[in-house]
Amino acid sequence: MKILVCMKQVPQKDAPLKLNESGTWIREDVSYEVNEPDAFALEESLRQKEKHGGEVVVITSGPARAQQVLREALAKGADRAIHLEDNAFVGLDAFNTARAFAAAIKDEQFDLIFTGLQSDDYGYAQTGVVLAELLGWPHATIIMHIEKNDAGIRVKRELEAGYFQYVDMPLPAVLTIQSGINKLRYATLIGIKQAKNKPLRKVTLAEVQSAIGANLQKIERLYVPQKTKNTEFLEGPPAEVAKKLVDKLRNEVRVL
Amino acid sequence: MAIKFKGVDFIEFDTLLTDDERLVRDTARKFIEDNLIPIIEECNRAGRFPRELVKPMGDLGFFGASLKGYGCAGMSNVEYGLVTQELERGDSGVRSFVSVQSALVMYPIYAFGSDEQKQTWLPALQKGEKLGCFGLTEPDFGSNPGGMRTRARKVGNEYVLNGEKMWITSGTIADVAIIWAKVENEDNKIRGFLVETNRPGFKAEDIHGKWSLRASVTSGLSLQDVRVPESNLLPGSGGLKSPLMCLNQARYGIAWGAIGAAMACYDCALQYSLLRKQFRDQPIASHQLVQEKLSWMITEITKAQLLVLQVGRLKDQGKAEHYHISMAKRNNVWMALECARLSRDILGANGVADDYPIMRHMMNLESVKTYEGTQDIHTLIIGARVTGIDAF
Ligand SMILES: Cc1cc2nc3c(=O)[nH]c(=O)nc-3n(C[C@H](O)[C@H](O)[C@H](O)COP(=O)(O)OP(=O)(O)OC[C@H]3O[C@@H](n4cnc5c(N)ncnc54)[C@H](O)[C@@H]3O)c2cc1C
Ligand SMILES: Cc1cc2nc3c(=O)[nH]c(=O)nc-3n(C[C@H](O)[C@H](O)[C@H](O)COP(=O)(O)OP(=O)(O)OC[C@H]3O[C@@H](n4cnc5c(N)ncnc54)[C@H](O)[C@@H]3O)c2cc1C
Repeated sequence: MKILVCMKQVPQKDAPLKLNESGTWIREDVSYEVNEPDAFALEESLRQKEKHGGEVVVITSGPARAQQVLREALAKGADRAIHLEDNAFVGLDAFNTARAFAAAIKDEQFDLIFTGLQSDDYGYAQTGVVLAELLGWPHATIIMHIEKNDAGIRVKRELEAGYFQYVDMPLPAVLTIQSGINKLRYATLIGIKQAKNKPLRKVTLAEVQSAIGANLQKIERLYVPQKTKNTEFLEGPPAEVAKKLVDKLRNEVRVL
Repeated sequence: MAIKFKGVDFIEFDTLLTDDERLVRDTARKFIEDNLIPIIEECNRAGRFPRELVKPMGDLGFFGASLKGYGCAGMSNVEYGLVTQELERGDSGVRSFVSVQSALVMYPIYAFGSDEQKQTWLPALQKGEKLGCFGLTEPDFGSNPGGMRTRARKVGNEYVLNGEKMWITSGTIADVAIIWAKVENEDNKIRGFLVETNRPGFKAEDIHGKWSLRASVTSGLSLQDVRVPESNLLPGSGGLKSPLMCLNQARYGIAWGAIGAAMACYDCALQYSLLRKQFRDQPIASHQLVQEKLSWMITEITKAQLLVLQVGRLKDQGKAEHYHISMAKRNNVWMALECARLSRDILGANGVADDYPIMRHMMNLESVKTYEGTQDIHTLIIGARVTGIDAF
């Protein structure tokens, strides 16, 4: 099976964030890491390859720093990488990111495309789904298990409240992978050394420019939530306090 | 209250590292966080070496990481150093185990061994299928190993070894011991031997009652008429210089390792000081005396990083001299021990309990200060370099 894994570099989970000057996104000077569900998507692709043979290709869009994500994936066992490298990719919405990816892989033939369920920064959960639509492929989201069979694949989707759904689907297909589907491996030191010699194709903004358009989705304002906690003491005889309390719960907090 | 390590970088030290170096560091850090941190206090209490980590560490390539071929990763010296830093952030005992396996067992086979010895031992040691130990120190000879009493005598096509070795890391769990002995038929020249630990006459016993490196095995070895074939002599070894070359490798790793221990203590103390409140409901981090300790530590850690990084870069260019490594080992272990003591102080009574890693690091570092050349011996090495006068 030939599998493409879409991976994103996101700010580290516990990194302190600072807003940029225009208040529309965060400043660049934070530490970055691999988006968590993408790491599980990569792991799943490597496991599928170990079972069924084939090739694992990783793709990302973002500035030069995002290459770290690809290097780590190559060190863990991916065969080659594609980097859509430009600062402009940082601000693209899910629709345009998917369009850019579709343009960058137009000459390739994949059996499966994995993305993470969603990214830890924007949290769109859309890139994989939109990509499937653009390619005209079926897709399934929140995948917890993948089994290849003669007709295609059978996948297990996570629904709410502990329910699961099993879906049979043909290939090629796009799957968005849930964190926890498997146990992540570590890059080995030898893997890190060998990654240097694996192919990494760079794609410029110009190459995919004609495929993308203006963002359909835009962040107007980003701000740190203000703390609004305050404590009010109700005073008076118990009956009166109880009355005031009921009034507040009913009319102010509206929980009654 | 568990405090999770957040990493330490005051002057964008990371920008001095390549992408690969950071990836190596982050991989080792994650492995230690996931696999050693959850069990280390239990190991330390029980005086237990976490043997279950040997295979996973072998799989990741931690053993002999800077050697080339034989399944080894061929890391640069800086990459190798960053691995030891992360190992020791976990525990000096586990780092000691890896240092011995890599720098004191695999390195001498790699540097002084025959092709056959390399083929036999290096791949198995790299994977952690076989473990090794390094027998230089004796009950009566520590800082002055040149005085050793262990002897080898050539009889026919065998060597017969006799002697005692003391304070030997991994002695009772080793499959092979690198034994340094004076060869009687060669003017008492010091040479290295590969001694399989199941040979008749070889005995190893653990040293008990250690208050340091409790998660690492330390043993005494006794060799009574142990016979090894001629082919077990390390052909390239000759003179005290040979074991000292091994120690140079290990000392270099220790200079990085100590930074890991210091980071663990400092980061724990910093986070604790922001949470712990005393006087006027203020975090103790708001007191000048506490800030003074934190400032001292972060400054010394940062200086230590720069020192060892430069020595590492020199080593990668083949230009690191033994006195460069002495300076890094001496300074960094000293500063780590001071960081442990200051951090312990900041935690107050909690600092003495093993809910926190600080006291364990402090006790570990006492050994680290002594082995691989004591603090004072490294002082004399630097002194000899700058004055040209040997003061031993
Ligand atoms: C946990 C642990 C693990 C170890 N693992 C190994 C191992 O795997 N293999 C191995 O071979 N050894 C190992 N060692 C031994 C270690 O290398 C020695 O302890 C070290 O070399 C110091 O020797 P010593 O303990 O005999 O101290 P001594 O040499 O007796 O020194 C005692 C004190 O005298 C000082 N001193 C000595 N000579 C001078 C001088 N000329 N001028 C000024 N001061 C001097 C020293 O600095 C020190 O403070 C280990 C030790 C420990 C604690
Ligand atoms: C083995 C042991 C036995 C003990 N036995 C007893 C006992 O029998 N009875 C009993 O009552 N207690 C006992 N204690 C408790 C001991 O007295 C306290 O640990 C000690 O008072 C310090 O308090 P703390 O641990 O809460 O540290 P903290 O008060 O939290 O201090 C932490 C750090 O902050 C510093 N600090 C705090 N305030 C300031 C400030 N204003 N300016 C600058 N620095 C500051 C401290 O110097 C220290 O470095 C015992 C402690 C131990 C370890």
